[in-house]
Amino acid sequence: MTDQEKKTIREVYLSLPVSPEDLDSLKLGDAVYLNGLVFTGREGVYSRIFEKNIEPPIDIRELGGATFHCSPAISETSPGVYNVPSVTATASFRFAKYMPEFLKRYGIRIVIGKGGMALDIYKQAFRPNGTIYLTTVGYGLGAIYGRGILGVKDVIWKEELGFAQAMWILEVENFGPFLVECDAQGESLFEKANAEINTKFLKLYEGLPQLALKRLGEVCNPDTEVF
Amino acid sequence: MIKSETILKTARELNIKAAIEGPKDVRQKVANMEKEETHHLSKYVLGKILENYDAAIKDRRPMCADTGLPRYYAKVGNHASIEGGMVTLEKLLRQATAETTASIPLRPNRVHPFSRKDYNNNVGIHAPTVDYSFEPDADWLDITVVHKGGLFGGDYRMLFPADGIPGLKRFYLDSLAEYFRRGMSCQPAVIGVGVGGTKDVCVRLSKEAACLRVVGDRNPDPEIAKLEEELIELGNQSGFGPMGFPGNSAVLDVHIEVAYAHTGGMPVGIQHFCYAQRRMSARISSNDKVEYREDPMWFTPYYRRDTIE
Repeated sequence: MTDQEKKTIREVYLSLPVSPEDLDSLKLGDAVYLNGLVFTGREGVYSRIFEKNIEPPIDIRELGGATFHCSPAISETSPGVYNVPSVTATASFRFAKYMPEFLKRYGIRIVIGKGGMALDIYKQAFRPNGTIYLTTVGYGLGAIYGRGILGVKDVIWKEELGFAQAMWILEVENFGPFLVECDAQGESLFEKANAEINTKFLKLYEGLPQLALKRLGEVCNPDTEVF
Repeated sequence: MIKSETILKTARELNIKAAIEGPKDVRQKVANMEKEETHHLSKYVLGKILENYDAAIKDRRPMCADTGLPRYYAKVGNHASIEGGMVTLEKLLRQATAETTASIPLRPNRVHPFSRKDYNNNVGIHAPTVDYSFEPDADWLDITVVHKGGLFGGDYRMLFPADGIPGLKRFYLDSLAEYFRRGMSCQPAVIGVGVGGTKDVCVRLSKEAACLRVVGDRNPDPEIAKLEEELIELGNQSGFGPMGFPGNSAVLDVHIEVAYAHTGGMPVGIQHFCYAQRRMSARISSNDKVEYREDPMWFTPYYRRDTIE
């Protein structure tokens, strides 16, 4: 067994809001568990803030600086009372264009999501702002993450955006695990994984012909990403 | 006569079982992969996936909060008699979707594509989708529920006879390159490949192949079965593990289905169905007896027939 194969995953428990020292201590691939408040946001929330220039009716700078690209499986059991058994992330790359202004304006220190973002966003927007990116694990751990939700503290824009797109402010306890995908230096775990896999992966194409009919824009190689 | 009350009750129960439990064949395959995986990150992810299956069943929570776009596959026996007819069946399936969206709960994912209006119940225009097939010499109704996400892992391409199987392999590898990086497909996944027919038919078959066959099932045509095995091996040699970390655990199974194609073409559809494989089936007999099962039994010899009868 190689050294790398012997590696184990270090677990880290953090209270929100986090300090810069907390974030500096994290290494790529650490498993992080969070305690405090996490607020969700996806297409609807970003569209209202950045396309329609509508500020949320509460000051989200006061929420502790951890946001989650997610919408929960949720029901309203009686008016204002919610059942949130399961939460999972949605793919983050679609929100990359909003990140530079979003992170700065609202003092965001932790972005949680699915699959991370491109390295240049980390270098341009995350690192200068002291923000890290945590990726959910496997992406379908809804039940495990659901166990970390204590309850709904508030919900913003529920009528305007519907349950799936509203901003849910969640109270969480030992909420995780999330893997450190972008650390305080702006390095990326996925970038390293891609680099490690590419050599082996490209070999599988040896001997396979180019296809007869090309598609417009088909100029990239299989070792590049599609977003 | 199959009573409408039985259909409604069964459809509700199928949504619950699909969202929370899913089928054992998938869970067992992931467990086998976890034992054999050697890369520490991929092994860690697989271990958490297994813990999550257990947590969902123990707590009766949805295993994944993206409960996808709930849909139904109804196989109707030629002699089946459904109280209220097929229109009632459709109404009941829509009703079960709305009710279980609130009761489980499911994430109300279905919105109007332009206005993004959400009724918060997963019902709308062409939502939920219901697909039908028929079976001779039968008086039962089979219902399968599938909850599958839908943003990543699907592709279509018109290939040509000259591209052949090497061309199909290239297109398959391209789909892994596009959707296995960072684990966008939420692999390990079952990969459905539909070959032939028209554009829409090969895409439909690829979806059915991904969602309606159990892990380990091989196509009865030995040549197609061999290609399924080659594609499984190719996928698990790709270097991608779960989340796109280095590893050997990416493809739970490959299922290929074919339809007769235009003589000049070989259209191909590909669908990746994640490890949170929410599907469940039931047969309602003419005496209203309900049997739940995990094998959809969708691809019957009759469904794959190549003769006039």
